[in-house]
Amino acid sequence: MREFGAFVKKEFYHILRDRRTMLIVLVMPVVLIILFGFALSTEVRNVNIAILSPSPDPTVRQIAERLDASEYFTVTQWLSTPEEINDAMKSGAVQLVIAFGPHFSGGMLSPEGSQMQMIVDASDANMAQSYTSYASGIISAFAGELAAAGDENGILTQVQFLYNPQMKSAYNFVPGIMGLIMMLICAMMTSISIVREKEMGTMEVLLVSPVRPIYIVVSKMVPYFVLSCINLATILLLSVFVLGVPVAGSLAALWLVSLIYIVANLSLGLLISTMAQQQVIALMFSGLLLMMPTMLLSGMIFPIESMPWPLRGISCILPARWYITAVRKLMIQGLPMMYAWKEIVILASMAVVLIGASLKKLNNRLE
Amino acid sequence: MEKEIVIHADRLTKQFGNFTAVDRISFDVARGEVFGFLGANGAGKTTAMRMLCGLSRPTSGTGTVAGYDIARQHEKIKRNIGYMSQKFSLYEDLKVWENIRLYAGIYGMKDAEIARKTDELLERLDFTRERNTMVKALPLGWKQKLAFSVSIFHDPAIVFLDEPTGGVDPYTRRQFWEMIYEAADRGITVFVTTHYMDEAEYCDRVSIMVDGRIDALDTPRSLKAQFGVHSMEEVFQALARKAERTE
Repeated sequence: MREFGAFVKKEFYHILRDRRTMLIVLVMPVVLIILFGFALSTEVRNVNIAILSPSPDPTVRQIAERLDASEYFTVTQWLSTPEEINDAMKSGAVQLVIAFGPHFSGGMLSPEGSQMQMIVDASDANMAQSYTSYASGIISAFAGELAAAGDENGILTQVQFLYNPQMKSAYNFVPGIMGLIMMLICAMMTSISIVREKEMGTMEVLLVSPVRPIYIVVSKMVPYFVLSCINLATILLLSVFVLGVPVAGSLAALWLVSLIYIVANLSLGLLISTMAQQQVIALMFSGLLLMMPTMLLSGMIFPIESMPWPLRGISCILPARWYITAVRKLMIQGLPMMYAWKEIVILASMAVVLIGASLKKLNNRLE
Repeated sequence: MEKEIVIHADRLTKQFGNFTAVDRISFDVARGEVFGFLGANGAGKTTAMRMLCGLSRPTSGTGTVAGYDIARQHEKIKRNIGYMSQKFSLYEDLKVWENIRLYAGIYGMKDAEIARKTDELLERLDFTRERNTMVKALPLGWKQKLAFSVSIFHDPAIVFLDEPTGGVDPYTRRQFWEMIYEAADRGITVFVTTHYMDEAEYCDRVSIMVDGRIDALDTPRSLKAQFGVHSMEEVFQALARKAERTE
């Protein structure tokens, strides 16, 4: 046990004395949170739009003011003929044109209703979807108010966004970043640090010594485990106090599922290290086989439901997918832990399988 | 008087699939001997050495190191040997004393003993000023000397040196060999592989491996007489020419 302590201390020295790496590890979550939170947002903000109205119309003007007043849209052009729509879209000056029929105000309260059309630049399909739904939202809210004032019995659709009332993208990416960062630190850094000892030649000396190999690798995991916990705390603090995403559910349940996820990734790192002989290889392994699929297929960026079945299949074997789902349930939706039991069970079994596989591989290598 | 045998190999063989890396090698090494283990790249030196160190199980044949069976008691063997590889084996980002402390701890030495012997060692190497220096800041020759001192710090019965002087200048190599003799005088058996034929001349006895077999085993003087040549270089050339294996 004293030996083990000495080894853990040595690992901390390695990390603490490599200032650059340590800085990257500790600052990375902060940078990612800020990047995703403020720069790389998929939220609709200040989109330029044009209004087509063949004749001056007070209702259209009011709607335009509403749109312009929202943080999502800026009305930059007024058009009077449909021919102008094409020019406005082609030049890229506006992404959305809302075309109102003639005599819009008059039609609104009549049985025939009024005509309105949205023309949207769909070269980015997802964003086009968001533009139109945001705009419809604003306009129907306005129509609802008019109807209520005029005591008319129009059909009112009311949409309520549960769990994320302000439609903030932070609610979506915070769980994703948690999944990504812990994978990077636990799987990638651990594997690289074990492989580094092989490359340096120190691993050979350790293997010839009486130290049990399991001590060597477990002592490597301890500092990265600690770092991951620090990062988890950083991310949670930032998301609550900077992004305003609260931890809606039980903090204890969130930590529990995170710890399971960390252990699974540490074992994954160990498994990679038993297969790679060089740091470059370990880096490629974790970069190509872990990071890319995790970013693309874990549901962090693209919804899993809309993937074709082969990709959905691949996403099932990514620990990050289950972790992110569990975090969404526990942190964002605030569900009790029993609603995430499936994810917890899957993650725990992944951890067990990975620990088993990596230990077996480690022992085989020594034969 | 019959000398105490510390390494004994009897028809040791290691096969990887169809490939016989080490082919029935037999030899004995006596206590305090400096035993040179030569052979071209790919001749099977490293595999043979790994078997003796307990890192690799022999396919057939038997052997003992420090009195323990290499197939069954490798944990005991590991406690009684030291090892230094061609790759530099200290931690560059640990201080000199931290390296010594770590490796000594691995071999179960007590703190007080470590402290006393560390002072002694640093004094002997004239390293006292470098106690708190990061190892990466030391010149290569110093590092190699330190690595060797660390490998015998726990007074092992045998120390295995795998091309310990690779890339070191002739002057430092000379000093290094003085340290090897000192260790042998203290009763530590030295098992050393090398590519430098002048170093082979320094060994008490030399074995030369060709294609997994030991083709020659004797003192450098008798080997030279046997082949009718004047240097180990020529002995080695004569034997290596017979090799069929290429890397």
